[in-house]
Amino acid sequence: MLSGLLDGIFSGISIGSVLLLAALGLAIVFGLMGVINMAHGEIMMLGAYTTFVVQNVFKGFGGVWFDLYIFFALIAAFIVTALFGLVLERGVIRYLYGRPLETLLATWGVSLILQQFVRSVSWVLVIGIVLFCLLFFGALKFLSRRPDFDRIRNWVITIMLPLSAAIAIVTGIVIGQTYKLAATKPWFGAQNVDVTAPRWLRGGLPVGDFQLSYARIFIIVLTITCVVAVYLFLNRSAWGLRIRSVTQNRSMSACLGIPTQKVDALTFALGSGLAGIAGCAVSLLGSVGPNTGQNYIVDTFMVVVVGGVGKLVGSIVAAMVIGTATYLVGSGTLANLLEPVKPLADFFTFFATTSMAKVMVFALIVVFLQFRPAGLFPQKGRTVDA
Amino acid sequence: MDITATKPGFDWRKRRFLLIEGAIVLAIILLLIFVIPPFLVSIGQAFRVNLLGRYLALAIVALGIDIIWGYTGILSLGHGLFFALGGYALAMYLQLQPDGQLPDFFSLYGVESLPIFWQPFSSLPFTIFAAIIIPTVVAAVLGYLVFRNRIRGVYFAILTQAALIVFFNFFNGQQKLINGTNGLKTDTATIFGQTVGSSTVQWSFYMLTVVLLAVAYALCRWLTSGRLGRLLIAIRDDEPRVRFTGYDPTAFKVLVFAASAGLAGMSGALYTVQSGIITPKAMDIAFSIEMVIWVAVGGRASLIGAILGTLIVNFAKSFLSEKFPEVWLFFQGALFLIVVTVLPGGLVGWVRSQGLDYSRTLLRGKQRVTTYPSLEEDPDVEYERQDLTNRKSDG
Repeated sequence: MLSGLLDGIFSGISIGSVLLLAALGLAIVFGLMGVINMAHGEIMMLGAYTTFVVQNVFKGFGGVWFDLYIFFALIAAFIVTALFGLVLERGVIRYLYGRPLETLLATWGVSLILQQFVRSVSWVLVIGIVLFCLLFFGALKFLSRRPDFDRIRNWVITIMLPLSAAIAIVTGIVIGQTYKLAATKPWFGAQNVDVTAPRWLRGGLPVGDFQLSYARIFIIVLTITCVVAVYLFLNRSAWGLRIRSVTQNRSMSACLGIPTQKVDALTFALGSGLAGIAGCAVSLLGSVGPNTGQNYIVDTFMVVVVGGVGKLVGSIVAAMVIGTATYLVGSGTLANLLEPVKPLADFFTFFATTSMAKVMVFALIVVFLQFRPAGLFPQKGRTVDA
Repeated sequence: MDITATKPGFDWRKRRFLLIEGAIVLAIILLLIFVIPPFLVSIGQAFRVNLLGRYLALAIVALGIDIIWGYTGILSLGHGLFFALGGYALAMYLQLQPDGQLPDFFSLYGVESLPIFWQPFSSLPFTIFAAIIIPTVVAAVLGYLVFRNRIRGVYFAILTQAALIVFFNFFNGQQKLINGTNGLKTDTATIFGQTVGSSTVQWSFYMLTVVLLAVAYALCRWLTSGRLGRLLIAIRDDEPRVRFTGYDPTAFKVLVFAASAGLAGMSGALYTVQSGIITPKAMDIAFSIEMVIWVAVGGRASLIGAILGTLIVNFAKSFLSEKFPEVWLFFQGALFLIVVTVLPGGLVGWVRSQGLDYSRTLLRGKQRVTTYPSLEEDPDVEYERQDLTNRKSDG
């Protein structure tokens, strides 16, 4: 009985910590910038694939290196996804501030592209994309020095876009013909890939008659570290101060000399980087595929909405509550506990699968939002929102 | 009668426009029924008729999304839910044909008697009623609970997505009630003594789809014109202001959300019989967001745009997935990005705002003057304009 409950709480917290880790980046991007990033799950996936690559590289080194690869993978995942986030913010999202629904659709488009990208990425594709970017953006950069650039800009784009695309595609086909499979073979393919945890993360710590899996303990520790780091960054560093001030009043911050565009880019990169770390953690729990991100996106949004936008503590509490509730209902623990009360036990047995637990938890969330529409910890203060 | 007497000119003109529009719609209906299908059959593409029928059915749900998103500014990412409810209602009826016996799949899970909620679906009138009313009621309840709390914008979008997942998991997990993941097949069922998959039945469903699309168009046209339509646009543009003016936006939003869910239900039923199966995959998150992109490509706040967008995107999808299956997701993703950043009004919006001017420039070689003529001739204004261009090219 007691060990069952303990097991429930531990599993709940570990599910919750995965949720929290995944939601942390979202809470920053959505909570502080008001940007709905539907590609968040796919950025996590990118982090997971980075882990896979790093693991394969370190497998070559062998020995102690392979045992420690996970730390390098964390750093690599953070850097890769943060850079991707930076490009995404500079390239797309900065044109869409103040239009949240449009941002949502645009980032969904990005998420579709990313899903297909990891399926079909190969040397040919990479070479083609690099060539296209060099030609197209290089030409734009080169011609932008001309004094009459504003006038000819549209013409340049209409000519260079198909031209560089054609050159890139032809080069890709030629390379594909010459080097055959070596160049066209997808790196990952559509199948899921498996990340092997290092030896010291396998197995578990026996407590009573059940085991605390090391991988899950590692994720809990990682989550705590990330939360503390984000908290310190936002509340103790100069850039954190700037981020918070831009969140509260963008135009006033701009008047006081804070570079709001840089702050936006930095915030988005930070959020994406955290998603990358989450992806690295997720890869320890199971195999990773192009659809991995989709499984997390709605859950993490629920965490942010329930927690209340703009407060880290809200996300923490919400993630733990949702994680524990999902586990307790889904594993049937609650149904067992309520055995004496027959109708209640039957009711909870009906929901005692992972997917049905989700049904119940989401329904509860909708009910909860009836009483607290702004979440657990709403932002206080006057807003123009009537 | 006396109204036409007081304002004869105005009313007459309005009526004439309405008549012209009606004539055009009728012409398109006749075209879709009598010209296009024989043409497609004659060039050996008979299966495209079925595809066209499916996409016309999807155009109905696109109309529904257009009235809530394009006109009222509510973005729902959960319309697959209402679509699937309509589809399941009709599929349940077809499963019970011809004589209300227990559908085959129940024996797989050892279910002996028909679950209670299946019982009423043995009657056709109830099924038709339910296919539209059940989604409407679900949407009205959900909408009332959410809009009452003034949850809107992205929060609403996320909540509809959560609702979608709730229903998806429910339908996916309950084998003993509605056959879970496998869904309900309709093409082997019988209706009025004939197989649903047979070409005669499919052809009548095609015609029914065309007619119902016209009806849905007329309904949306009625909803979005006149005072109600202007109120919906006002809610989209400034909801607090509408509230301060003394209206209750919640009621109107619930109304229009429910109406659009009803359209989605109808669309789902028509789509299901033409595609032959309904599975919980219709409640996939991706499918519901795809619906939004049809409207966005065609042009939001334009009913024609919603229909056109649906047809264009879906035919592009079927073409690309036949020829280059890998490219389709890239293409779709790019479509989202392009529509949002470059073409916010969609195709129809572009034609409305710039296309006409462009074609005029091409035809006549000169641009239409869009400011006051006196300004164009004022030498001071001309000088300043020159000055500005010079300065721009210098800097």
